[in-house]
Amino acid sequence: MPVLERAGMQIWRRRTGRDSLIRWFGWLIGVAVFVYCWQIISASTTWFFVWDAPRIANDIWTRATPPRWEYITQLGRPIWDTLNIATLGTLIALCLAVPVAFLAARNTTPSALFIRPVALLIIVSTRSINSLIWALLLIAIIGPGVFAGVIAIAIRSIGFCAKLLYEAIEEIDSGQVEAITATGASRWQVMAYGIVPQVLPAFAGIAVFRWDINIRESTVLGLVGAGGIGLQLSASLNVLAWPQVSLILIVILVAVLISELVSAKVRGAII
Amino acid sequence: MSHRELDDMLGKGWRKPAFVRNPLLRWGLGLGFVAYLIAAVLTIEVDWGRVYEGLDRGWAFILAFTSPDFLSRWSDIWSGLLESIVMTVAASVVGIAISIPIGLGAARNIAPLPVYVICRGIVAISRALQEIIVAILLVAIFGFGPLAGFLTLSFATIGFLSKLLAEDIEAMDKAQAEAIRASGARWMQWINYGVQPQVMPRLVGLSMYRIDINFRESAILGLVGAGGIGATLNTAFDRYEYDTAAAILILIIGIVMALEYLSGIIRARVQ
Repeated sequence: MPVLERAGMQIWRRRTGRDSLIRWFGWLIGVAVFVYCWQIISASTTWFFVWDAPRIANDIWTRATPPRWEYITQLGRPIWDTLNIATLGTLIALCLAVPVAFLAARNTTPSALFIRPVALLIIVSTRSINSLIWALLLIAIIGPGVFAGVIAIAIRSIGFCAKLLYEAIEEIDSGQVEAITATGASRWQVMAYGIVPQVLPAFAGIAVFRWDINIRESTVLGLVGAGGIGLQLSASLNVLAWPQVSLILIVILVAVLISELVSAKVRGAII
Repeated sequence: MSHRELDDMLGKGWRKPAFVRNPLLRWGLGLGFVAYLIAAVLTIEVDWGRVYEGLDRGWAFILAFTSPDFLSRWSDIWSGLLESIVMTVAASVVGIAISIPIGLGAARNIAPLPVYVICRGIVAISRALQEIIVAILLVAIFGFGPLAGFLTLSFATIGFLSKLLAEDIEAMDKAQAEAIRASGARWMQWINYGVQPQVMPRLVGLSMYRIDINFRESAILGLVGAGGIGATLNTAFDRYEYDTAAAILILIIGIVMALEYLSGIIRARVQ
């Protein structure tokens, strides 16, 4: 116990002198780094615009209200496209994520030395790049449109779904698997009767969870030209049609809220 | 029961129980889903000729990963990357600092009702708006540059961290907090000794995770002019400089992996 002796009295301290010195130094470095970062941001900011910001915000607000409600008739198709991008993207991602997850899970992978690292690399690399960047890339490759959006969402979701799924597979109860194996089942039968039933609820939960996230992401994919309601948003922004922008933002908010509600309900029913 | 009937019953093989019990609901959901899928696939316009042409470019891009070009645009890459890191650090510090009081306010077992409602409102708004949309609005208000990105990431951090922190506080052990209160602690002391030690490990873990997310998000904010590596990446795609783009993506993936590794170590030490 760190105890300080002073004038014959023992005073309890939370940390030893060395410990508190290290901590103090850590805080000092942290604050210095933050100040340095702030200076870089501050140096590349036009402060005149920032002081002017309240007026600009007010100006945008007066331009954007009231929203142009009649514009909603033109938003039907983009919303349908957005929904399709999210749903089809999630489906494709799930089809690809299942084998990757089984290859990545420690208890089902055929080879922990060669195949597992490859599967983990797929998971990490697809997960760490945002769907907007995938969309940019795919637009350069296969041209703008809804299809690029679907593929972008699909690629981005593989890593996420596979990571959650392989963690679920690694947590299964090995007793059930052993019991099925003891009946003389083949490798695939063990998979179908011992492993799959245990991870199926988790799988359904992951699917709906990712679908919910994908609805959010697909609403903005159009900003780079990958279809959906984001196309209308970027078109309206480009011509400074603020009443349309505010209507689109409201529509996006409602869509996000609905998808969150649906996913919460479905996950509540499964788990 | 006749001999024949018994034989029939014994001959009936065991079948796995269906995932959805109610057969009407099961078939209804299945049919509805198939109908939706057909409708969705039919409305997606795919220009297969364009996709076929693009396959060469896709292959070129994959090849570019084997020979990424870090050097010819290194100064652009470096300045973009530095801006991304700076934005991530500053926004994480500010976002975490703000989200702690809001998280306390959004926990029903600590905050009185009016505070709870206000804090939950802030959390809901921050979570419903995607980063990229917030960034567009903030760029319009504050002008181009990393300040808009910094504010966007801080805002998004508040929604994420406050919600999870509040949920953790609501799930904490009441007895410890009550014991501190019974010893006559003031409110600050109560939070400091009764609540904080219980939620600290999770707060540290979540903060690390959020730093990771903030870096990934900072990579796309450049697309709308909010600073960071995204602008450089976008330019590289637009100029079909796939080797530079590959270099940037490899850097992003590498940094995300390093952050994940680091957060794994820190979380293991804290818990």
